[in-house]
This record gives sequence, C-alpha cells and structure tokens, in this order.
Amino acid sequence: MRKAILSFLIFGGLSVPVPAQVDLSGSWAARNHEDAIDKAPGPQLVDYTGLPLNAAGREKALSYSGSVLSMPERECLFYPPYYLVMGPFGVKIWNETDPLTGNTIAWKISGWEDRSPNTIWMDGRPHPSKYAPHEKAGFATGVWEGDVLAVYITHIKAGVIRRNGAPSSDQATITEHFIRHGDLLTISALLDDPIYFDEPMYWTRTFQLDSAPISPAAPPCIRDDEGPQEGVVPHYLPGKNPFVGELTQIYGLPVEATLGGGETVYPEFRKKIKDKYVRPASCLRNCGGPGRGAAPPPPPPTPARN
Amino acid sequence: MHLSYYVSTVRRAGFLLVTLAGLLSIPAQVYGQGGGRGGAPPSPKAAAPIDLTGYWVSIVTEDWKWRMVTPAKGDYASVPINMEAKIAADAWDPAKDEAAGEQCRSYGAAGIMRLPGRLHITWQDDNTLRMDLDAGTQTRLFHFGNWKAPGGEATWQGDSVAQWEMQRGAAAAAGGGRSGDLKVTTSRLKAGYLRKNGVPYSENTALTEYYDVIRERDGNLWLILTTVVNDPRYLAQPFITSTNFRKQADASPWDPTPCSATW
Repeated sequence: MRKAILSFLIFGGLSVPVPAQVDLSGSWAARNHEDAIDKAPGPQLVDYTGLPLNAAGREKALSYSGSVLSMPERECLFYPPYYLVMGPFGVKIWNETDPLTGNTIAWKISGWEDRSPNTIWMDGRPHPSKYAPHEKAGFATGVWEGDVLAVYITHIKAGVIRRNGAPSSDQATITEHFIRHGDLLTISALLDDPIYFDEPMYWTRTFQLDSAPISPAAPPCIRDDEGPQEGVVPHYLPGKNPFVGELTQIYGLPVEATLGGGETVYPEFRKKIKDKYVRPASCLRNCGGPGRGAAPPPPPPTPARN
Repeated sequence: MHLSYYVSTVRRAGFLLVTLAGLLSIPAQVYGQGGGRGGAPPSPKAAAPIDLTGYWVSIVTEDWKWRMVTPAKGDYASVPINMEAKIAADAWDPAKDEAAGEQCRSYGAAGIMRLPGRLHITWQDDNTLRMDLDAGTQTRLFHFGNWKAPGGEATWQGDSVAQWEMQRGAAAAAGGGRSGDLKVTTSRLKAGYLRKNGVPYSENTALTEYYDVIRERDGNLWLILTTVVNDPRYLAQPFITSTNFRKQADASPWDPTPCSATW
C-alpha cells in the first residue's frame, strides 16, 4: 500500500501536464542590428542577396513592380506571419489561459497595420485539412521542447520574403523556435517553400524585453486612392526589369550574386564571386552611422504589403 | 491498519512532495554543474546538456552584403556605432593593416562568428570546449569551471569563460527535447573589427554569447548563436545579432584560409 502511494506520488505527480517552461509574455523591442535597411527604409528593388530563390522564384520576383501596392485590392493585404522576423517592429506576446487549470491554451503575438496578429495554439488541436482556406496568419501550433517553444505554421497565403517582391507561395510552411535568454528573445524561422526556393529560407532575430509597452492593437489600414490606372496590374515582363544591375552599381556585386539562389548562401560561394566583386571606394547609399545605423524609426503608417 | 500508519505515510508523502518540488526547482547552474550526492561533480564534458561537437556551416541568409564580401569603406549599416567609431571606420586602410601584420582584425571573437565559414567543435579536454574556424584559421577555447586567465597581452580571441545553462526544473522532469544551452563570456580582447571594412570594437569590449541547438522538422540540427557585443568606447548601445549554423555530416568542405584584410 505504502509503495503504491509513493509510486502514485512519484510517477503520477510527474505526469501532470507541464505548464509553459518559460514565460514569453511581455513587450519585446526590435533591435534591428541585422539587415536594418531591409527592415526600415526598404531594400533595393532587385536585391535578392541571401535568398535561396529557385528559377521560378527569381522570375516571379523580377516581374514585381512596387506599384502593385497602389491597387485598392492590394493596399491592405498583410504579410505572412514570418514578417515577425523579417519586419522592423517589436512585438507584444501574451498567453491565453484556461480559467480552471491555468494551462496556456494559446500564445498570442501582436500584429501591426501590415501583419495579422498570430495565435499559437498550445492545446494539442490538429492542423486543418490541407483543403481548408489559407489565412494571412496561417494556422500555428506550438509545443515546448525543453525551454524552447517550437511552432509549426501551415495554411499561410502567398507573400513576399523581402519587400521588393521576392516571393513565397501558399504552399510554404514555417517552423519557428522561441529561445529566451533573460531579457533577450531569439526567434528562428525556417520557411520551407517547395514552389519558389532551392532550399529553406532561414532567419534568426533577437528582440529585447522593454518596459515600454507595445500595444497589442494594430492601427487599421485605410484604403485610399493612390491613382492606379484601372484594369492594369503593374508588372515587368520577363527580361524587362530595369533594376537588374542596380545593386552592382551601388555595391559592386556581380549580378549573379544579386539574384539569389541556393548556392549563394554557402561560404564557398565567395570563391565564385571573388574575382568579379569590385569593392566601391566608399559607401554610396544607406550607409548607416551614428544615430542611424540600427535604431528603427517609429513605426510609420506604411500601406500594407502583399 | 492503525491511524499512526496513515499519519506516517502522509508525512512521508509530504516529505517526498517537498523533495520533488525542491528537485524540480533547483537552480539551473547547480543542476547541471554541481556534484551528485557523495561523488565528484561530473566534468563539464560529462554534464553537457547539449552536444555542440561536430562540423557546422554558416548559412548566410541575413546581412549578406556585409558578410559575404568586404563592404565599402563607410558602410556601417545596422551597427549602432557612435561618432568615435565612425571616425575610426572612415580611417580604415586594409593595406596598412596587412603591412602591420594586423590582417586578422576582423577575425577576432566579436566579429568572426559573422564571417561565412565552418566551425569544428571538439572537447580539448574535460573542461575546455574548442572551436576551430576555417575563416582565418582561428581557434576559440571555451573554459569551464574555475579556469584562471593566464594574463599577458590581449588576443584576437580573448579569454572565454563558459557555463552550461540547464533547462528549468519542470521542463527537465518532463523530458523535453532540449535541455540547456551554453553561455560564453569573453573579455581581454585585442581591438578588432565587427565588420571587415573596419567598423571597430575596442579592447574594452565584453562579449556575451548564447549557443542553442534546435532540431528542425526535417531532422537537421541548427546551432543558433545569440551575440551581445558591449563596447563602451565605440557602440551607442549593445550590438545584438543572432547567427545560424547547420550541422554537417562530415568535414567536407572544411577549408582553412588565412586572414585577409581585403577579402
């Protein structure tokens, strides 16, 4: 009897569902010390450096004209959920709990004018059927792997992985890991896209806990008449994008490097471009500097992006 | 049965619960690096909660234009430098560095992890984790325990003190897939470059790194490195980056190259 009680206490006690191992809640400020140009002012138009685009992805990207964002039906389209790591903003994170057990049902991540709030379901619910509608936020579930929250997102919509039209498809899935070290929160995101990538895209981004609160409510995106010609979808035909080579003029990079691709993300690609790279004598554009190098400007009321 | 038996059982159960609760709330450092009852504490190598050993390749999907090539002079984008750093960066002269034998300035601990390349991590001994990098053919040593710095002149890789950070008690009891991370603090650095184009860090720099290993759904292991560079001389705020490496099956194509001030 005594052994039974003790066994129950030991093994029964240890099998109680474990609540969140790490509290992720709080206002996490952006520290845009990587790719700050992409995040704040925006990238050059044909800058696909570091993106593992395949031939289809590259062609799709080169057909992109930023003027499509003036189309009324596209002004307020949201980015996919990986905008969390690719965008410029901090986020507020909180958990929704079961009022009886206190268990976390879901983690919530604030949205913005151009990104939907995200819900990460923690209650074990399955992902929808592959035929279910896709949403801008996708469908996300999470599990704790030790102290790390692992998140899997499906059912996203097509979007851009850089604000110059480099695409991702609605067949892509996202795996995220939330890793907290004190007041730092590093989020990794693997975007696996069988349509437009040679291999998965990988981001890591670190936020810092801040006592200044970040609002969980996003300002609304308000459509306006930006004067697009009715019935016209701005685009570039194959081989007609006038901005190919612009990055070569600014950064001295060979064109092949500016167009991305799976091989370009590996260290050995340096050997391939070593004799073609011409380092400019000085920085020509978006050089950063004291007070400008990293800190993001206050969130601008940017129009939403597709 | 006697009442005294139940009382005794309840008391023991209470003791057990308290003990379990205590075990589950043991501070992380103690759980991982303290000794077992009556025995010598396990070595840092034996106590390792994660396996960092092996070959890892940096996948350069971020900051590509500033990592894969030596950028133009005066390009400090993304780095929170102050005016003194700008003046120093604007005076960057790679030929002068080469002539002075200072071609490894961008291969110091505060900059080298952003360079494209491969890592080879091994245990040098039970208390020292060794990281070889093919970029610049550099070696970093992470010292556990009560290691004492040898003193002397500052070096490119400085003095690195390591400690395991074990996962919290409840997670450990639940048998989660991850069980900790490595924290490394580095000081006594020789002044160097955060970027190859002369964006500086000073000899007063304190470097803090967190090494995490995660497994993606496709089975690949990734090393996620969170880096905080504190430099009161050249930075307006701590320089915070995160860098990713994918585990390699073997050494190929390990490619040790010498330091270069120009490429």
